[in-house]
Amino acid sequence: MNPFLLSAPALALFGVMLVVPLIMTFILSFHSFGFYTGIEFTFGLHNYIDVLTDDYFYEIFGRTFAIALAVTVICVIIGTPMAFFLQRMRAWTRSIMVLIVLGPLLVSVVVRTLGWMILLGNNGVINSALMDMGLLTSPFRMMYTSGGIVVALAHVMVPFMVLAVWAALQRQDPATIAAAESLGARRSTIFRRVVLPQAMPGILSGSLIVFSLSASSFATPSLIGGRRVKVVATTVYDEFLNTLNWPLGAAIAIILLVAVLVIMVTWNRVVERQFAGVFQ
Amino acid sequence: MKNGAFAHIFTVLFAVFMLAPIGVVVAVSFTAEGFLEFPPSTLSLRWYWAILDNPDFIDAFIVSLKLGFVSALLATVLTVPAGLAIGRGRFRGRDALQALFLSPLTVPTVVLGISFLRFLSLFGMNGTFIGLAVCHAVIIIPFVLRLVLASVTGMDPSIEKASVSLGASPWTVFRRVTLPAITPGVVGGFVLAFITSFDELTVSIFIVNPSTTTLPVRLFSHIAQTTDPLVASVSTVAILFTVVVMLIVDRLYGLDRLLIGEGKR
Amino acid sequence: MAYLELDHLSKAFGPFQAVADFSLDVARGEFVSLLGPSGCGKTTTLQMIAGFEEPTSGTIRLNGRDLSGVAARDRGLGIVFQTYALFPHMTVAENVGFGLDMRKVRGKERKRRIAAALELVHLSHLAGRHPRQLSGGQRQRVALARALVIEPELLLLDEPLSNLDAKLREEMQLELRRIQQEAGVTTLLVTHDQNEAMALSDRIAVMHAGTLVQEAAPFEAYERPTTAFASAFLGKSNAIHGRYEGPEFVTKDGVRLAAPAPAADGAGAAGDVMLALRPERILFVEEADAVVSGKVVERVFLGDQWLFKVATPVGELLVTRRNGGHAEPEPGATVHLAWAADHLRVLAPEAAA
Repeated sequence: MNPFLLSAPALALFGVMLVVPLIMTFILSFHSFGFYTGIEFTFGLHNYIDVLTDDYFYEIFGRTFAIALAVTVICVIIGTPMAFFLQRMRAWTRSIMVLIVLGPLLVSVVVRTLGWMILLGNNGVINSALMDMGLLTSPFRMMYTSGGIVVALAHVMVPFMVLAVWAALQRQDPATIAAAESLGARRSTIFRRVVLPQAMPGILSGSLIVFSLSASSFATPSLIGGRRVKVVATTVYDEFLNTLNWPLGAAIAIILLVAVLVIMVTWNRVVERQFAGVFQ
Repeated sequence: MKNGAFAHIFTVLFAVFMLAPIGVVVAVSFTAEGFLEFPPSTLSLRWYWAILDNPDFIDAFIVSLKLGFVSALLATVLTVPAGLAIGRGRFRGRDALQALFLSPLTVPTVVLGISFLRFLSLFGMNGTFIGLAVCHAVIIIPFVLRLVLASVTGMDPSIEKASVSLGASPWTVFRRVTLPAITPGVVGGFVLAFITSFDELTVSIFIVNPSTTTLPVRLFSHIAQTTDPLVASVSTVAILFTVVVMLIVDRLYGLDRLLIGEGKR
Repeated sequence: MAYLELDHLSKAFGPFQAVADFSLDVARGEFVSLLGPSGCGKTTTLQMIAGFEEPTSGTIRLNGRDLSGVAARDRGLGIVFQTYALFPHMTVAENVGFGLDMRKVRGKERKRRIAAALELVHLSHLAGRHPRQLSGGQRQRVALARALVIEPELLLLDEPLSNLDAKLREEMQLELRRIQQEAGVTTLLVTHDQNEAMALSDRIAVMHAGTLVQEAAPFEAYERPTTAFASAFLGKSNAIHGRYEGPEFVTKDGVRLAAPAPAADGAGAAGDVMLALRPERILFVEEADAVVSGKVVERVFLGDQWLFKVATPVGELLVTRRNGGHAEPEPGATVHLAWAADHLRVLAPEAAA
């Protein structure tokens, strides 16, 4: 049967419900907005100029990508070893650990962020515990900070990293480890020269997923960052649902979309060049 | 290679990190006080009874259930034929088609949210259940597609030829051979789609109205104003619901396989 | 003293006895095959020699050195794995150089030895490629070069040809034999393929259910199998069951046959015995010269030869005949069979065979 006929229903849905809305948002971003007149159907680059000439927006974009980068680094540092250990566990411990590591992915981000709010607040679990132990005299502020957002986002994102690395590890032929051992390699050498390089594609693709999801995350920065620590997604939300300046919000969103796509494409290019011939 | 002491300590710490925010929500929901306290000084089910006095949350829960079911069904029905076409055929435009159907994963959800808002409001569909369901279907189709694709590519293509050679009509081949072979992927895709829709916030928050508010949106709005033990008890119910679904999925399909999206290893 | 000595090796996995009291000596430079069906313990034996499995009891000595307690990485053995286990992220040259790096061989010497190893396996022109870009046969050679470059005291080959298709496998058999002889390295091959074992090795050790069944040169093992299992596993064989009545052999259906005298101490001195007869030793003859006559039940053409199944008074016999280019008896035809009595092997019947 014709593949396009089989795909036609889904294709129609995507055409109407994805392609058209995205194009409309793109067009919207060129319109202007009046406080009393609402959306004016003019056509110009003024929204983009407004965003690109205002330090306020640079700060927001800068913060967003800095947070995403920090989350990615943390996920690499803690997610990669977890995937290695997972790979080497015995079957039943592994199945329990899989539930613990991957299960939270199925719990709503709102609920998980609520948990972090309870942990990170000035009167929260962590501060109370540290003060009870006498390690802190006054609470260490973690709510409404970028640091707090990073920690909570790392929790949300790290399962993706573990999954990506673990998938790469499962594609490895375990005999390569035995081969390295028979050639005289020590455990640390085997890890550094045989296991880690083979896991590298997983680490790189996991990093890309974590980075792009973090850069466009909304719920966690919104609840932990509050009104003060804004990121791109929360700014777009405010423009749409509070200020009602939809064209400006659309322009910010389009810039985010383009930035994320550019980073993805560049990253994939670099990775492909790096591993040409190795992992097809 | 076996795991050493460092690995064991790391694993335990990692488990604590993963479970702490969820555990703490569950713990504080059992407080008898009117504010969040950890650990609760006295245990009570007070805030679970309080849910019954807040029909907003119950309504939102029902909306989310219905939404998850309808959008997952819609996504699955549309994706299975597309997945079969993409998974089997070598045709021009195959990669483009696959990239298109997976693209909602790449586009930032906030961009999707405002685009749906703009589109639906132009047609006066904003806030309707049907509008919400169709938008959710778009977002969750990539999850269904990945699992259906894994099943299709993991299927031995000659079993279809074998059934044709035994005299089966195309419809019989689909119903008695193809569909059973890809059922694990379809069921897994449906469940993952349901959960994704059930948990979805960023798109929904733009396109709900008070009568179609989903549970995550209701929780989000409440938490943005105030964190009280009520949201903790509602969240705990949601966690419990997820855990039950998760354990069923893990038994049926394997949680790792569901989330990695690989049918065969 | 032998170069490699396996001395009463045993390995149990829980209640399962994988290898039972297995002893084998290998001389320096010799090529020995461990041959047997899957599950016979041959791979476990190799794993113990390599150091990946600890023997339950028994010792392994290599060049006079006891290997018990020596870590796999310190044994200095070259191993070619069934999956080749090439490092996918390294080029061919890097793969081969890995073992040299571990031995801190650097600079010119490293380069020279990599070049020599690749030369030996005829792959010098592919040094810069990655394993994914190579064919199965080429990967196999890289794996060999990587194992040989460290000048191992012993080369272990774990079903090295099983992932290749039939034609390539035959080519690689010749190649493997040449490389092994050029390198002069003592080699132990584990295989379930009797042709491979016979083509490659100086000596074959046939294993069955964790024990050594027979140990002999290929020709010897084929010609004079000492057990029913060895005779059936190495090539095709007809089994004629019966017993000796005085000097004469009588089949269980009462047919008398001329047969070699049973060994005084071995099988057939008393009780049931089995005569093993290779299908290619049975000749089609005139009725007057026949040992037995029978009817062709089935006939299969195999290109270079014909295979017949003939129903005779001594049981159904397999007969092979070289294809001489002329017509052969059809199914249903009566044929007359004969063989020289000294081609019969007298064996103790085995329940398992």
